[in-house]
Amino acid sequence: MATMKDFRTENKPTWCPGCGDFAVLAALQKAVASLGLEPEEVVCVSGIGCSGKIAQHFGGYGFHSLHGRSLPTATGVKLGNQDLTVIAAGGDGDGYGIGMGHLVHAVRRNIDLTYIVMDNQIYGLTTGQTSPTSKKGFRSKTSPEGAAEEPVKAVETALVNGASFVAQAFSGDVKQMTVLFEEAVRHRGFSLINCFSPCVTFNKVNTYDWFRENVIRLKDREEYDSGDRDAALSVMRKTHGLVTGILCREERPAYHEVMTGAHSVAASKMDLNIPREDMREIFHSFR
Amino acid sequence: MPQLTWKVGGAQGEGIDSTGEIFATTLNRLGFYVFSYRHFMSLIKGGHTNYKVRVTPSQSGYHGDELDLLIAFDQSTIDENWKELSEGGVLIYDSSRISSPDFPGDKNFLLCPVPITEMAKEAGSSIMRNMVASGVTAAMVGLPRHAFDPLIVERFGKKGEKVVASNKVAIQAGYDFALKRFGQRKELPQPQPEEDGGGHLFLSGNEAVALGALAAGCRFLAAYPITPATEIMYTALNHFPQYGGKVVQAEDEIAACIMAIGANYAGTRAMTSTSGPGFTLMQESIGLSGVTETPMVIVNVMRSGPGTGLPTKTEQSDLNEMLYGTHGEIPRIVLTPTTVTECFRYAAEAFNLAETYQCPVILATDLFLGMSKQSVPFEEIDGVQVRIERASRIGDADLAAMGNGEYRRYRVTESGISPRSIPGQKNGRFVAMSNEHDEGATEEIEDSRNRVEQMSKRMRKLDGWDVDAFGYVYDGPEESTEITLVGFGSTRAQIGEAAARLRERGVKTGHLQLRAVKPFPETSVCRLLSGASRIVVVENNSTGQLAEVIRARVGFHDRITHCLKFDGDPFTVQEILNHCNRSQEVINGWRR
Ligand SMILES: Cc1ncc(C[n+]2csc(CCOP(=O)(O)OP(=O)(O)O)c2C)c(N)n1
Ligand code: SF4
Repeated sequence: MATMKDFRTENKPTWCPGCGDFAVLAALQKAVASLGLEPEEVVCVSGIGCSGKIAQHFGGYGFHSLHGRSLPTATGVKLGNQDLTVIAAGGDGDGYGIGMGHLVHAVRRNIDLTYIVMDNQIYGLTTGQTSPTSKKGFRSKTSPEGAAEEPVKAVETALVNGASFVAQAFSGDVKQMTVLFEEAVRHRGFSLINCFSPCVTFNKVNTYDWFRENVIRLKDREEYDSGDRDAALSVMRKTHGLVTGILCREERPAYHEVMTGAHSVAASKMDLNIPREDMREIFHSFR
Repeated sequence: MPQLTWKVGGAQGEGIDSTGEIFATTLNRLGFYVFSYRHFMSLIKGGHTNYKVRVTPSQSGYHGDELDLLIAFDQSTIDENWKELSEGGVLIYDSSRISSPDFPGDKNFLLCPVPITEMAKEAGSSIMRNMVASGVTAAMVGLPRHAFDPLIVERFGKKGEKVVASNKVAIQAGYDFALKRFGQRKELPQPQPEEDGGGHLFLSGNEAVALGALAAGCRFLAAYPITPATEIMYTALNHFPQYGGKVVQAEDEIAACIMAIGANYAGTRAMTSTSGPGFTLMQESIGLSGVTETPMVIVNVMRSGPGTGLPTKTEQSDLNEMLYGTHGEIPRIVLTPTTVTECFRYAAEAFNLAETYQCPVILATDLFLGMSKQSVPFEEIDGVQVRIERASRIGDADLAAMGNGEYRRYRVTESGISPRSIPGQKNGRFVAMSNEHDEGATEEIEDSRNRVEQMSKRMRKLDGWDVDAFGYVYDGPEESTEITLVGFGSTRAQIGEAAARLRERGVKTGHLQLRAVKPFPETSVCRLLSGASRIVVVENNSTGQLAEVIRARVGFHDRITHCLKFDGDPFTVQEILNHCNRSQEVINGWRR
């Protein structure tokens, strides 16, 4: 059986020392190993950004795709071979800016994959511009006077559109993050885990200390029921989104089980040859 | 050539399409060779629409220049179409709506007033205008009184016997009226049924593309609705699921294209289908397929652009975008099938090419070829040998022999092709990377030597593909011609008829039709054009995009003239001939 070591690669990540993305990578490696998955069964599909480099450093198969397009790429991979465990990953700019349109559709489909967003409230790779999750008033190279826009409420959007698994995690708590990833990967259907993953180089506001001070853990709330979508929305509102843990979980069929062309055999393992007689019958239906 | 051309026109939403379809489908089932062409607008109710049917003694990919019979449901049908009606043509019009048809008086038509709307109402409802018109048609072209009955039962049987009966009443009313008043006026050519006595296959380029994909093992289509490509999706929905093929209506074309790339990466033969605006949205992903060396098949059914353009009209103006679109440089293949059967054959072959060369393959058709349903002999499509070629994949045994970490996904090889693993294979791990990467595909790398090696490897992959053998069809003398007509894709039938007429006049004429434009079959094109005194490049666009490519890759600047059309309609043979007649003058003008 594979161990966490088997999900490590030879190349050292090029992230800045202290970057929150290290914790995300480690938690993911730990989670898939402890679920007993083999490296060749797991595909990590990422977008573009510092966070997108996770596909290169994760020891399974990978697809380092285009900026904002991890979800449609991952959707294709899953539908191409439903037997694979598929992880989509990227930054907040990648997922909630350029790629935001895909999120609600992945949610609606309930495509069976785990979507990890490394939310650092800034654009890292392009050296520090305001992101869709930067708070109003946030100053950066592209908002010297302070951002005029309200931040996007991506997690709430996923909840409202019926996402079947929604959680938040924090890079300052790898243990919790690992457990959340395990739960998410095990979940049949779409799961979103928004991870507070500080950018130590460009975001001097939303630092590890800032998150430690401001984020609360759902686990510490005895009465919380993750089957209650309204409660999830309400706790997100009350905490201004600064809360970690499983916000919402619901069982329903995954897309590949109910879509047009659903089949128990993965598309990539199908016998491609169609009997001559079948083909002829199809031709004859065009008369 | 004994042939019959027929058209019905009226306002959109009045049953024009169904009138045309009933006629065309019935004739096809009786063994006639039929070509049907729909003229329609981007709205649902109102606006002029028409449906033309051409019946020929042998197969034809074209709806004909002239018109023998026109059925007009309203005056605007006459306004729009009287010019096409030939001398001595039959103009049947709905006299319940048009008291006296209005057209310039110098044409000699046989006027046939038929109270179509009244008769439909009498049979039960004005909706049945189309049935009355069908009956009138049957009488005037000499079809039996009950020719349409089987189709009526098939189409309306589910709605109950009463509906079937009233439709039949409407048809017979039209038939009896026309036979008594006007009698048979036109002749159909001889039918040529299939061996089993039945009709030929009756299908469009779009349908043929979907079937070719299915036959070639495509098991995933992601697309976003767009005219004129949506029938590919419909056909896939009808036939893929039985074989475990999945069809996804994506949220947009960006997602559609990337989903198909993802599925291909996972080892499933996958494609997307679209038209101009959607194709533009796919540009970034086409580059992704190129740099990650992930096979991909994209069908672009061209329509009039730019922007929303004329969304229900045909054009061949995306050639440049298909040849050059996406940032950076990638290897790619662009196929341009010229017939419905080639739509089937090349759709199938596209998947082999995509997998062999691990690059995007664009299959380019247009509204005219994609949407025109036409008779195709069963044997012609059934005879296409579809093979499934996956040799550039690496097998489990080879990977096992290699041991962990030894396999290099982007290994620099002489052919440029590197054996491809897919997720799930042990020891085959790699990261498909849109960044420049090293051979091992584990890390992005900006080293300049590596960059040159990887770029060169990708760009030489297609050197091994013999496009010169595959990429064209030529008809005419090989050594020298007075004039050679050149086209690509859907224009083959009209150019072919124009060439035939020139030959009848004694002009030594060649006809070169390109079936692939990337890589460009330049050796063949050069050989076939070098003996031509005049070259006329016929294309449905305003700038002569194909002519530009020929000039750039082959030459002959002083002999090439453009025959261009971009009004939304396919070429007529006469338009091509008119241009040929002028082409010498154009060339003389340059030399003066
Ligand atoms: C289509 C496109 N537009 C712009 C870029 C440039 N770009 C690369 S990463 C990035 C933003 C990264 O921010 P985020 O997604 O938050 O990830 P982070 O680097 O913070 O992890 C941008 C704008 C690109 N690669 N592609
Ligand atoms: S710039 Fe920020 S996000 Fe990027 S690696 Fe450095 S710390 Fe991480």
